[in-house]
Amino acid sequence: MNWETIIGLEVHVELDTKTKIFCNCPTTFGSPPNQNTCPVCIGLPGTLPVLNEAVVEMAVKAGVALNCSIQKTNKMDRKNYFYPDLPKAYQISQYDLPICTGGHVEIDRGGEKRKIRVHRIHIEEDAGKLLHDEEEPISFIDYNRVGVPLIEIVSEADMRSPEEAVAYLRSVRSILQYAGVSDCRMEQGSLRCDGNISVRPFGQDAFNAKVELKNINSFKELQKALEKEEKRQLELYSFNEGDKVVQETRRWDAAKGKTISMRTKEDAHDYRYFPDPDLKPIFIQEELIHRVEKELPELPAEKSKRFLETYGLSLKEVEILVNEMALSHFYEEVVEAGADPKTSANWILGDLLRVMKEKEMTAEEQPLKAKHLVSLIQFIEKGSISVTAGRDVFDTMIETGKSPDRIIEEKGLKQISGEYELQQTILSVLEANPSSVEDFKNGKKQALGFLMGQVMKATKGQANPQVAKTMMEKKLNG
Amino acid sequence: MTMEIVSLKSQRDMWIKKEMSATELVEDAYRRIGATERKINAYLHLCQDEALKQAKKVDEKRSQGEKTGLLAGVPLAVKDNICTDGIVTTCASKMLGDFIPPYDATVVQKINEADGVIIGKTNMDEFAMGSSTENSGFKVTANPWDLERVPGGSSGGSAAAVAAETVSLALGSDTGGSIRQPAAFCGVVGLKPTYGRVSRSGLVAFASSLDQIGPLTRNVEDSALALDVLAGFDAMDATSFPEENTGSFANGLEQSLKGLKVALPEEYQQEGLDKEIHQTLNRTVQELKALGAMVETVSLPYSAAGLSAYYLISSAEASSNLARFDGVRYGYRPEKFETLEELMVNSRSEGFGQEVKRRIMLGTYALSSGYYDAYYQRAQKLRKKIREQFEGLFQQYDVVLGPVSPILPFVRGEKMDDPLAMYLADVYTVDVNLAELPAISLPCGFSESGLPIGLQLIARHFGESTLLRTAYQLEKSLNLDLRNKIGKEASK
Repeated sequence: MNWETIIGLEVHVELDTKTKIFCNCPTTFGSPPNQNTCPVCIGLPGTLPVLNEAVVEMAVKAGVALNCSIQKTNKMDRKNYFYPDLPKAYQISQYDLPICTGGHVEIDRGGEKRKIRVHRIHIEEDAGKLLHDEEEPISFIDYNRVGVPLIEIVSEADMRSPEEAVAYLRSVRSILQYAGVSDCRMEQGSLRCDGNISVRPFGQDAFNAKVELKNINSFKELQKALEKEEKRQLELYSFNEGDKVVQETRRWDAAKGKTISMRTKEDAHDYRYFPDPDLKPIFIQEELIHRVEKELPELPAEKSKRFLETYGLSLKEVEILVNEMALSHFYEEVVEAGADPKTSANWILGDLLRVMKEKEMTAEEQPLKAKHLVSLIQFIEKGSISVTAGRDVFDTMIETGKSPDRIIEEKGLKQISGEYELQQTILSVLEANPSSVEDFKNGKKQALGFLMGQVMKATKGQANPQVAKTMMEKKLNG
Repeated sequence: MTMEIVSLKSQRDMWIKKEMSATELVEDAYRRIGATERKINAYLHLCQDEALKQAKKVDEKRSQGEKTGLLAGVPLAVKDNICTDGIVTTCASKMLGDFIPPYDATVVQKINEADGVIIGKTNMDEFAMGSSTENSGFKVTANPWDLERVPGGSSGGSAAAVAAETVSLALGSDTGGSIRQPAAFCGVVGLKPTYGRVSRSGLVAFASSLDQIGPLTRNVEDSALALDVLAGFDAMDATSFPEENTGSFANGLEQSLKGLKVALPEEYQQEGLDKEIHQTLNRTVQELKALGAMVETVSLPYSAAGLSAYYLISSAEASSNLARFDGVRYGYRPEKFETLEELMVNSRSEGFGQEVKRRIMLGTYALSSGYYDAYYQRAQKLRKKIREQFEGLFQQYDVVLGPVSPILPFVRGEKMDDPLAMYLADVYTVDVNLAELPAISLPCGFSESGLPIGLQLIARHFGESTLLRTAYQLEKSLNLDLRNKIGKEASK
């Protein structure tokens, strides 16, 4: 029997506002524990939430970027549950009236475009973080993250493979980055993802029991977790143990490489949602939506089109550059400063990506300055240094942050292209190797290679080989 | 020296005329408390050090020639569910027995800015849930008119503090009658402002959509003066009314009631209403007519449903508002617990009293999936009907008149075993909260046994001026002697 995999994703994105959703605390990542807190966000008795309007605008922006309709009348609801990371014991969220509904995202499936529908986007506040001592039975709570604004983007169950799910998440991530809604850094938790997955025989209309996967922290893990869970379900069905596939929440254990049951439907929470009486309904004006639409920056799809049309790059090259917003910005900066588009792409997609991978750096973190890469490319173009020396300069730039001209100077990598400078060296090489000169004149053309090698050695590799070779041939033939 | 009657205005005038300094006024208040507190138990905590410091500051302000505020030198008390920076705020609950807020409620800031002096925090029903102050986790307050009887609740400590003449102003909070009913039981004036008129920031929430802070005073003029200080938009409370305060509520009290249209709902005079209260209501109607007002009987058919809607909505909100008291960050924590769940369950089981637990259970049930539509949702629909009904009425009438409580102050312990009977006594006050209207409880007479009887006037949204003027004119013409033995002793 042929089986089909059904996947839907719930994506949580921290909005890039300066302050939290209901108080004036900063949203800075990485502050000392509990530094970014106040009586309001830690829910001390008597404190009240007041909505940060920037959050609404950001959510509208996300909705517009993901092709959603924007709900004009909004309310906030309370989702009630007890957990130490949730200081009010309820999360302020949106229940039955999400701010955005019915959008879509395009993904590429083997060169073919496919639409993945967005079911809804709603606004909510983030919770804190529990830190458990590794030896003592003690837990600590960091409330810095409490009250950081989030949107939850719920897709339809439109994806049919783990690859599609990853492509969807990548697409959502880059769209939101371009829209300026979030930095979407999975490693910092500003982008988080839960996966819903089920399998069914081809042709069957009804869905089988779906499993929700939690604790997925990277694209790679998303792929692995979905693959493992897909396999687990398929195996159970094929061994006639389909009844063991139940609606439940399973935790992805990356170290063990498997999913582990957390809770089944029976012990699901009753969140007792109800409208938050501390907050008034939010009315979104048509003007705000228009303004957001007008001011929306160029999104990845448009940028890809422009790159293809303007820079003569391949589809694959454009895709890699555009998918990482920081990389595409870097590329454009380099090209706009006058470097050749194709050569620039080669450097970025080749050496820069290699270095980033080696050093496990993101495009935001990589230290290379655009103007330095531009000048490096121009040095090579003018023949001031060789391509080989260029690689050396590139690596040194990454390590030291120094400018190429300084590195070339310090390392003495400047290529000698002037006939005047080379004249003396060539003459002394010819003088010192009379037998090779004789060989060449007797028709042993390979002697030229040996003599060139001597020139390079004498100049410590700085001689421009093209220029030196032409000069040498002239001398030998003349 | 001491005053005959503690009134806010008289105290302020004495300070202005330099007959008494703020420090002397505060010392006098503590002397009064010393003379009465053993019998009354109105206060949970006194804050002498802070009060004397503030009094000194106010006196110095004057000697430096600085401008002083509306409450300059006036000693006052604050209900213990209103946060005071650095002063323990317990909500009369073991749960918050040692909770010291690091911030002032907005109303407390306003009092400090107006140069008032907070001298202590008053007793109440735990988390403001109750109508007798017997649900306090710490002590039981007596009614200064009859020490065997309850002062009402939940702001019973505040009402008793004013009735015992220890202070001229005490803040209360009113979710379903918690200012008006104790005011009626203790023979003082209690004002529940329009929802959104006074900031709730710093008021420990019971039911967020119903809670409102208001003053308990000895007369209507003081009530208006207090509202001048308390009212106004607050950026810290998203439900506070965004319009700027227009003028003083204390102005315009003298305007006559000629042509005032008063509605008297027949539903407010039905079976269950105490005969003596009913008689007082009838006499007050005659009084209003004599003052030139027109009084007509009207019908408020949905008011019968108000009580059920109120108990569902307020309990639902409370179940969520009180969930944060889990023993994790602050407040009561049990000696013994093994697991996280035990920590939370034991904190709540041991930290909360019976009535609070009852309401949390009720509210949790009303919000549960499968019951939400039948209870919470339906209650909200009724709430809307009640609101619309009042709105309709206020297109034709300026003020609605009715009783505050169907019963006279009862003897302590009498109703503690019958929570439903206690809930039923809120029948006349809860509609006002559901409809978010302003209402004032005014002493209008006495029972034969000498217990005070209060009636309430209700006005349209933000109609506090009409409300205060009507109450003021009525108070003047009724001209009741509202001093009790305890209060007189305190003033000796």
